[in-house]
Amino acid sequence: MIAEFGLAALWLAAALALLQLGLAIGGLKGGRPELQAAIRPVAVVQGALTAMAFIALITLFMRSDMSVLLVATNSHSMKPWLYKFAGTWGNHEGSMLLWVTVMGVAGAAVALFERALRRDTHMATLGAQAAISLGFYAFLLFSSNPFARIDPPAPDGQGLNPLLQDPGLAFHPPTLYFGYVGLSVAFSFAVGALLTRQVDAAFARAMRPWVLGAWVLLTLGITAGSYWAYYELGWGGWWFWDPVENASLMPWLAATALLHSATVLATRDALRAWTVMLAVVAFSMSMVGTFLVRSGILTSVHAFAVDPERGSFILALLGIYIGGALALFGWRVGTVREGAPFELVSRETMLVINNLLLSVILGLVLIGTLYPLMTEAFGHKVSVGPPYFDRIAGPIALALMIAMAVGPMIRWRRDNASAVARRSMAPALVGLSVLAVVAVTSWGRIGILPFLGLVIALTVAVASIAPLWGRKPLRTPLFTWGMVIAHLGCAVSLGGMAADSAFTVEKLVAARPGETIETAGWRLRFDKILPVAGDNWTALQADMRVSRGGGAPVAIHPQSRFFTSPPTTTTEAALLTRWDGQLYVVLGQEADAGRWQMRIWWKPFVTCIWLGGTMIALGGLLALIGRERRGWTLKWRARRATAA
Amino acid sequence: MRLMIALLALILSAPAFGQSALPPAPWADRQIPDPAQEKEARDLMLTIRCLTCQSQSIADSNASMAGDMRSQIRERIMAGEEPEHIRRWLIERYGDWVSYEPTGDPILWPLWAAPAVLLALGALLLRGRLKRRTR
Repeated sequence: MIAEFGLAALWLAAALALLQLGLAIGGLKGGRPELQAAIRPVAVVQGALTAMAFIALITLFMRSDMSVLLVATNSHSMKPWLYKFAGTWGNHEGSMLLWVTVMGVAGAAVALFERALRRDTHMATLGAQAAISLGFYAFLLFSSNPFARIDPPAPDGQGLNPLLQDPGLAFHPPTLYFGYVGLSVAFSFAVGALLTRQVDAAFARAMRPWVLGAWVLLTLGITAGSYWAYYELGWGGWWFWDPVENASLMPWLAATALLHSATVLATRDALRAWTVMLAVVAFSMSMVGTFLVRSGILTSVHAFAVDPERGSFILALLGIYIGGALALFGWRVGTVREGAPFELVSRETMLVINNLLLSVILGLVLIGTLYPLMTEAFGHKVSVGPPYFDRIAGPIALALMIAMAVGPMIRWRRDNASAVARRSMAPALVGLSVLAVVAVTSWGRIGILPFLGLVIALTVAVASIAPLWGRKPLRTPLFTWGMVIAHLGCAVSLGGMAADSAFTVEKLVAARPGETIETAGWRLRFDKILPVAGDNWTALQADMRVSRGGGAPVAIHPQSRFFTSPPTTTTEAALLTRWDGQLYVVLGQEADAGRWQMRIWWKPFVTCIWLGGTMIALGGLLALIGRERRGWTLKWRARRATAA
Repeated sequence: MRLMIALLALILSAPAFGQSALPPAPWADRQIPDPAQEKEARDLMLTIRCLTCQSQSIADSNASMAGDMRSQIRERIMAGEEPEHIRRWLIERYGDWVSYEPTGDPILWPLWAAPAVLLALGALLLRGRLKRRTR
């Protein structure tokens, strides 16, 4: 019954989305107040129904209901409960249901909480949100039904991919999806504003918190995914320029640009058309990414439950929504008034440079990801990978970091070039001394990009705190704190990346129990190897004691795990975190009689990568609270006044 | 998401494991004693694609074929061969696809021109806006 209930809720939600679209069209045409009054509750109920369908699917997975095809093919009754729960979205159908759930819930949130937007634009926004949802409902119901039954029920499930059986699965996909799909709200806002011709500062102020919220979650999701890949794959890499990763990076780049251009629009009423365009692009990138990942078009050798029909379905949706939005943009852009003018030396110019560089990086990632596809059409298979992206996007990203450091030191509207120079004197001096120190200590030993990365990271770290100088910490607005922390996070993250690629020490050994391995100032004593067992796996575990500089030894236990359903081996790296880096130990195969292969890395400051990512998200959250709090306080005061 | 793909790669490479009951290649997970040579080998490995995995270089893959290729590269480096020569040899054997490092192939020229074109386009746009804005 639960599966049928879920399916019914999904159909009902789709019907309500259709109704929501109809109400929006009717309301925009005739301006009839009863239609306007109805659209909010419809959007809320639609969101609630998608959430119920999703909860139904979670319940089926938790109960291991093997009469449901999706559960039988992706779960197993012996799995720990966390992976039964999180396994709900560890497959194509479940993740697409999560997608429509996020769209529905985001639409409901816009209906419930968005009060700043003009009424007709709000209605058009909800209509646009319903229109996008409809396509994905159709996709889910016609080609990826998660609730399909099988008769007779399977005796037990085929199990979940063991690499996914990690707490990361409970956290990474939902946060990523909330960010990824949450950008649909920005898309709908843009479409709504184009329809009602309301592209102005008030529109940007209304849209900004939604973009910020999605962006914070997207940042967290990407950060979590990177750390997960880092510790689970067992080779110490944290970013691979894989099409799937690029698919999450591209919306993030667009959303980052959008955040900054929306600030220009909200503060100075400039960059109108550009901001609307970015709002369209951001969610378009989410959809393009989904297409690339789900269609299997980029994975010609290995397919992830790929079905050409699904690929063409998503491609059609892409064409309709992106094409439709761009056509609307082209049709209405003429009526978007030119924004306020601005001077060369101004905060606005710096934010435009930010947008320009982010867009160029976005364009390059998109081209690089699609390029092998295009050459393959000419019968020529090539690979575009890390060497290209690092070399091409790296320098532009470094330039962007410098712009990020200088931008906040320049005033809005108009500034004096010599005053700016005076203000950036201190960070520049710091930068020069850092340059000298790094050059003296490691010139010639590290690559040019890691070298520049280190220098720029340290300089930008100092410069990013500059907006706080001479201010009282408690009187500084929360959103300024948010900006400072996010920018500092970028510097911290860059520093971690540069330190990792410049100073990582790698050691591959084949060792016998009883031996001691020495690398990068660490002593690793390999005591013994022993079998251990978990809920649904058995493992070989190496017991080791590691110490550094005569300190007390710490026990670590790298494992090699064997799963039976499906039969797979995974490595569980042992990670030892210290303030100045991470020791990363992987147990490999038995090399020859009694000797075991081990991969050992000492990665200085590698954790800064994810610490920085978390700081970026935290900064976004503070900015969101800071901007919204004013509205809440005003509302609360007004309510108290009426109550009194 | 990357993990799903990595796992798929593992599953798909399982038959390959089954076929080669041979012991792992000698230099698959063993470093060259000379650090300079090991660095050369490692830098090359980072730019060679694992053929049985999904978007991974052979430097960070568990697949047995990647291990064989690592071993080959280390042996050839130790024999004094130039990294670029080994790359050409690998490309001859497996096609352009095996190299992440883009080759000089004319089909890749637009790819290298892309950053300049995009930056120029952006600068043009920006200049147009600023010009119009100065009185």
